[in-house]
Amino acid sequence: MNRHTLRYYFTEGFRGIFLHAFSSFAAVGVITACLLIMGSFSLVAVNIQAMVTEMEQSSEIVVEIDESLSDAAARSVGTQINRIENVYEAEWFPREDAFAQYVEKLEDPLLMQSFTPDIFPHRYKVYLVNVQYAEETARDLEALPGVAAVNVERDLLNSLLSIRRVVRVVSVVFILALLVVSLFIMQNTIKLATFERREEIAIMRVVGAAKGFIRWPFVVEGFLLGLMAGLLAYFLQALAYNRFADSLLRPITPIQLISFGELWLPVLAVFLLTGFLVGVFGSVLTIRKYLRA
Amino acid sequence: MIDVYKAYDNGTKALKGVTLRIDDGEFVFLVGPSGSGKSTIIKLLTSEIRPSEGKVMVNGYNINTIRPNAVPLLRRTLGVIFQDFRLIEKKNVFENVAFAMRAVGAAPKDVKKRVPYVLDLVGLSHKARRRPYELSGGEQQRVAIARALINNPMVIIADEPTGNLDPARSLEIMTLLERINALGTTVLAVTHERELVNRFAKRVVAIDGGRIIHDGQGGYYTNDPRRAGARE
Ligand SMILES: Nc1ncnc2c1ncn2[C@@H]1O[C@H](COP(=O)(O)OP(=O)(O)O)[C@@H](O)[C@H]1O
Ligand SMILES: [Mg+2]
Repeated sequence: MNRHTLRYYFTEGFRGIFLHAFSSFAAVGVITACLLIMGSFSLVAVNIQAMVTEMEQSSEIVVEIDESLSDAAARSVGTQINRIENVYEAEWFPREDAFAQYVEKLEDPLLMQSFTPDIFPHRYKVYLVNVQYAEETARDLEALPGVAAVNVERDLLNSLLSIRRVVRVVSVVFILALLVVSLFIMQNTIKLATFERREEIAIMRVVGAAKGFIRWPFVVEGFLLGLMAGLLAYFLQALAYNRFADSLLRPITPIQLISFGELWLPVLAVFLLTGFLVGVFGSVLTIRKYLRA
Repeated sequence: MIDVYKAYDNGTKALKGVTLRIDDGEFVFLVGPSGSGKSTIIKLLTSEIRPSEGKVMVNGYNINTIRPNAVPLLRRTLGVIFQDFRLIEKKNVFENVAFAMRAVGAAPKDVKKRVPYVLDLVGLSHKARRRPYELSGGEQQRVAIARALINNPMVIIADEPTGNLDPARSLEIMTLLERINALGTTVLAVTHERELVNRFAKRVVAIDGGRIIHDGQGGYYTNDPRRAGARE
C-alpha cells in the first residue's frame, strides 16, 4: 500500500461521512444513545458499590480485653491483633474513653457519680480489609490470649454483603442485556448505511477495484464515526452526571456521588474503545457480505 | 469460449453449447432476442459467474479456474459499459472516471493527467465538474465509456449501451466505440437495434435460446428477413 492510496482511503472515508450524511447521522446517534444508556447504568452501579464499600469499611469489630490484665498488657494485645491477616487497623479504645462517651449521654449528674471507668473493659476497635471474611477474623480474634469477647455487627455486615451481591449480579445482567440490544441496533444501523452503498460497491467491483480498495474507505469512515460517537457520548455523559448530582440529588438527599473528576478517564476510555470497535468491526462485517464472490 | 454451457442455480439453461472466439482488434456485435443469453455471455467474460461446462479464456485468464483475488486484475483488462450507465451519483464526472484509475493504484499526478485526456476523447471536458444527474443519458453513457477506457483495457464490453438512448444518441455512442476500436481496442457490443447493426459493416454474432445461430461479417438482419423477425 503506497502513500497515495493511504491518503485516498482517509480522504474518501472522511468525505463518505458527509456524502452519506443521513446514515452517518443515524449511526452516530444510535451508538451515542447506546453508550449513554450503558454508561449511566454503570455509573449508578459504581456509585452504589462505592457507598456499600464505604459503609463496610466504617463498620467495626469490637474486641473486649480480659479485665484481669494490666493496662499495659491490655494495650499490647493490639500487636497480636494487628498480626491477623484480614485486620486493616486496630484502634485502641481504653475504658476511660468508653466511660467518657457513656457519661456524655447521661443526663443525670447524680447518676453519673455512682459510676467509675472500671465498669468498662479496655477495648480495641478492629477495622477489616475485607468484610466478607468477618466471621473467620472474629474467630481468630477470639482465639487470641487476653481477648475476653468479640462483637461483630452481623446483621449490618450481612445486609451490606447481600446488597453488594445483588448490585453486582443485577448490573452484570443488565449491562450484558443492554450490550446485546445495542449491538443489534447498531448492526441494523450499519446495515442501513451499507445498503445505501451497495450500488457504489458493485460499480467499484466492475472496474476491477480490489477488495481492500473498496473496504478501507468504509472502515476509515466507520472508525471516524465510532470515535465521534464515543466523544459525543462522553461529553453528554459528563453533562448529565453533573446535572444529576448537582440539580437533582443534592437539593433533596444527603447522597454524595463520586465526583466525575475521578471517573472521567475510565468513562472516556471505555466509550472511545467501544465506539472504535463498533465502528470498525461493524463496517468490516457488513461490507464483507457485499464483497463476497 | 469453447462449448460453453451455463445453467443458473434455479435450473434455467441460459447457454447451451456456445463456442465463440474474438481476436484482438475486432469489433463484434452480439445480437439476439431478450432472454437469449447475451448478458450471460458478458457475465462469463467478466467472471461474475462461472461456466457450468466448457472453457472460457479471457485475455489470458482462465475463467474456470481463476482465483478470487485475480478477478480484479482480469477486470482491469476489460472496460465494461452497461445499459443503465452505473455511475456513482455522489461523485462528479471527473471523480467517477478518476476513481477507476485510483482503484488500480495510480498516483494522483497520473490521474490528473490522464482523466482530462479521456474526457476529451469522449467530448466531455467541459462537464468534468457536473454530477451524473445533471447530464443527459448520452452524456452519462459517454462518462461510462471514459471510465471503461481509463485503464487502457484490451477489450471494451458493452451490454446494450444504447438501450436507454434515442436513435441519434445511440449512433453517437456506437460511432465513439468504433473510433475506440480504430485506436486498437477490441470491442464487443451487445444490442437490440437492427438499424444500428446494419449501419456498421462489422462482424455480427447472433444468439437465440442459448445457441449461436449466425456468425458473419456485416448486415445480418438484411441478409435474411426471416431471421430478422427473431430478434423480439
Ligand atoms: N441470475 C439469474 N438467475 C437465474 N436465471 C437467470 C439469471 N440471469 C439470467 N437468467 C436467465 O437466463 C436466460 C438468459 O438471460 P440473459 O443472458 O440475461 O439474456 P439477455 O441478456 O440475452 O436478455 C434468461 O432466461 C434469464 O431469465
Ligand atoms: Mg441482457
